Amino acid sequence: MSKDIIAALKENVIQGRKTKDDVGIDDSLADKPGVVELTQQALDDKVAPQEIITEGLTAGMEVVGEKFSNKEYFIPDMLASAEAVGAAMDILKPALESAKVETKGKFAIATVKGDIHDIGKNIVAILLKGAGYEVHDLGIDVPEDTVVDFVKNEKPQYLGLSALLTTTMTEMGVVIKALDESKVRGNVKVLIGGAAVSDEFAREIGADAYCADAFAAVKVLDSYQQAKS
Amino acid sequence: MPENMIDQIRENVIQGRVSSDDEGMEEGMAGQPGVTELVEQALESGVPIRDIVSKGLSGGMDIVGKKFEAGEYFIPDMLASAEAVGAAMDILQPRLAKSGIKTKGTVIVATVKDDLHDIGKNIVTILLRGAGYVVKDLGNNIDTQVIVDAVRDEKPEFLGLSALLTSTMARMEDVIRSLEENGLREQGKIIIGGAPVSDEFARSIGADGYGADGFQAVAVVEALTAEET
Amino acid sequence: MAREGIHVERPYERLNKDQVELIHQASMEILQDPGLISFNEEAVNIFHSHGAEVESLGGDHRSWHVKLPEQLMTSALKSVPKTVTLGARNPDNSLVMNGDQPKVYLITGSETNIWLDVEFPEYVHKSDSSKKIRVPEFKPRRGMVEDLCQSARVCEHLEMVDGFIRNVNIQDRDITPENKDVNKFFASLNNNTKHFMSGLTSLDQLDNVVRMAELIAGGKKQLADNPIISFITCLVKSPLQFVDDTTSTFIEICRRGLPVAVSSSPQAGTTAPIKEAGIMAQINAEVLAGIALGQLVKPGVPLLYGSVPVRARMDTLSDSYGAVETSQYNIDCVQMARFYGIPNYSTSGVCDSKIPGQQSSIERLFSDIVVAMSGPQYLHCAFGLLECNSVFSLLQAVLDDAHFKMIKHFLKQPRVDQTEIESVLKQIRSVVDTPQKLYISHIRPVLRSGEISGLYPFEGSGETDQVFELAFDRMEELLAKPVQHIDEETTARIFAEVPGILPRLNVYERGS
Repeated sequence: MSKDIIAALKENVIQGRKTKDDVGIDDSLADKPGVVELTQQALDDKVAPQEIITEGLTAGMEVVGEKFSNKEYFIPDMLASAEAVGAAMDILKPALESAKVETKGKFAIATVKGDIHDIGKNIVAILLKGAGYEVHDLGIDVPEDTVVDFVKNEKPQYLGLSALLTTTMTEMGVVIKALDESKVRGNVKVLIGGAAVSDEFAREIGADAYCADAFAAVKVLDSYQQAKS
Repeated sequence: MPENMIDQIRENVIQGRVSSDDEGMEEGMAGQPGVTELVEQALESGVPIRDIVSKGLSGGMDIVGKKFEAGEYFIPDMLASAEAVGAAMDILQPRLAKSGIKTKGTVIVATVKDDLHDIGKNIVTILLRGAGYVVKDLGNNIDTQVIVDAVRDEKPEFLGLSALLTSTMARMEDVIRSLEENGLREQGKIIIGGAPVSDEFARSIGADGYGADGFQAVAVVEALTAEET
Repeated sequence: MAREGIHVERPYERLNKDQVELIHQASMEILQDPGLISFNEEAVNIFHSHGAEVESLGGDHRSWHVKLPEQLMTSALKSVPKTVTLGARNPDNSLVMNGDQPKVYLITGSETNIWLDVEFPEYVHKSDSSKKIRVPEFKPRRGMVEDLCQSARVCEHLEMVDGFIRNVNIQDRDITPENKDVNKFFASLNNNTKHFMSGLTSLDQLDNVVRMAELIAGGKKQLADNPIISFITCLVKSPLQFVDDTTSTFIEICRRGLPVAVSSSPQAGTTAPIKEAGIMAQINAEVLAGIALGQLVKPGVPLLYGSVPVRARMDTLSDSYGAVETSQYNIDCVQMARFYGIPNYSTSGVCDSKIPGQQSSIERLFSDIVVAMSGPQYLHCAFGLLECNSVFSLLQAVLDDAHFKMIKHFLKQPRVDQTEIESVLKQIRSVVDTPQKLYISHIRPVLRSGEISGLYPFEGSGETDQVFELAFDRMEELLAKPVQHIDEETTARIFAEVPGILPRLNVYERGS
């Protein structure tokens, strides 16, 4: 029985169906429960959260990743699956905490002051959540003090900064300087991204990494995971 | 008075006005006498034929040629002027011999058997007449025998053959062979033209020259005329 | 089943209703005064027996002056079919055209003497040998029957090609005027299952090619129902002259009831007036006179209103298909044909450029887009042709296919109706309500339906232009793809009953 639920969960992640209302890739699963409903059901049936994650969610995302590499899947497909996994993680969060299962880590993300562009940031947030990170989206036009306070109080391991404009990219440097001055720069890896920035710019302002797109952001964080273990 | 008339002839050659009906390049010329009317007037007034030809007609064509080279005149302009000169030469023809003026020579032109394309041939005819040659146009789709007979009867200095089709270009060779068989090959020079033919093809069938376009045809004929004299 | 074609719901038109009427009237006047000159006696007799005023002209060549009264034209045009079906070896490739409906089929064409080979040699930078580039090198040579086979094969696989006009003039040493027709028909039909149109080199060969088509279609009646071949005849020599041999060929094809495109190709500035009103009045008169003749020969014979108008180049007075006026004239012709309700054979994509490159792309795309927008039913769009249709390049054909895919997508009508509006309103409300505010998840249902256009297929990486290299790879891929040949039994019958086909074209006898 639990095997069936896990298999259905994996299939629905592959199809990118968050809830029973979602269409998915084809209509073979129409009106059947989606990832959210199946995750809840699995918890109710006392399936271990760890098993739900590894056998259902992560296993599904791996297939999605393969399909994406094979050009069978497009970005919207990848995002739909990631969104479904993210929603499942929200449901699993209390159970994981009580079972003391360690998550991949806490990631804060913000579009810097003066910039209201957030497509890129939102996509990064969806993908990282789908990859199992605990994502805190601080929003757009975020002043450096808000970022510093969050890093001080919530202690995320990772911070993502986004800016689309050549006029606002310098704000990223301002944030890093403020972290330095508050003596918390060493507590957090800083990733930057956005159309105007580059690898060179990341080095210049003292960021830890530059991500050309949302997939690069996931890769960078995963590489830190591997270094950790 | 005669000087004034020759100036007018030259001006009307430059404007490309055959008769008083033609518009010419500038507004308001229509209704005023054109080259043919002016030549008639000049003859009646006793202007020497030599002056009409060299100062009026050729003088005008020289300027037209310069304007064409400078990119100021286009082919249609050149053709209009050549047509005006050709019409003037028709009027002058019977008197030329009496005045002891030698014509540049006679050219017979024809589009070969089974080929109906005559734009190119017609342009060559107009340009050659404008350059002072006597041109006899046999027409298009002309039997080899008709061409051979014309060469025998008219004894032209030049024969121009035209073909547009890959399937009819071989007829040009038929004409040359037939002229040889009738002992007429040495009567005049043979030049060929048309979209599919080339310099190489001209040599291979034993023609004397190849003209890629109407102007080249005239240039080739002029060069061969200069060789003769 | 017919091919889909491109539906142009709201065609681009240049002429208003009054202007169309004026051109029609001017054409009718032209046909009465000055009338036509016919070098073909049979056509003269046919017109005469239907009330035309005829007068014999002197001269070396027999010719007649023919004046066509408006009444003759009106009654002859009454029997022209509005709907013309062009069949195909594979019936799914049939083309169904209606003179009132602007649905566009894209067809290759026309006969070129020169075949353009392409190679990609590598060049090394003089002072830095690590820098290398590959540049295409084009080599023209005489077209052969094997080239026509290759072209037919690639065109079979090019998605946007709806029908095949033989595009290579076969100039092998063993091709003669007597065997040329049967070989070009067989080479094309055996390597392509789409509709095939061609001109005829020799009238003597008409019965042989018709017999070949009957054998392939399965019989006389089957060919009548599914006319897998059609013809193009340029019986008019502008201005206003009926040519002797092509007119004979046209009359004979009409007698057999097979579809024919009646085309005229006046050159504005030399063989037609340079002014738009002038060339339009003349070409319309020329084409209508041909169509009327066909209908008098055999009422109801399927005919296409063929228009290949072109403007003269001012520097050489040869054709300039790249001139924008050429497209204007073509679009006007499409509109005139629609006025009469006769399916139109139109022209686009012909370029002045000698090789594939920026000039050829700009010239052909310009006319391809605007002429397609005007909604001709049968668009000869010069797939792969260069230098005013005298050169054929397979590489260019592959590029053209990709570009037509974009044009087809562009011409799709938007879907705006009550259901669609309700659905998008729901979408907008639901997305604005989410934290990310992204519509991306709503792309998914349309992602695989073909509603979204693809990337440019020959996009290079980095700062290099790889269009030619990538198109070349695609071309090689298509050349390697097999095609469905005519079956062995039919092939044997064709070789037995139709004389003159080169034995090396028999795919079942090769190497044995």
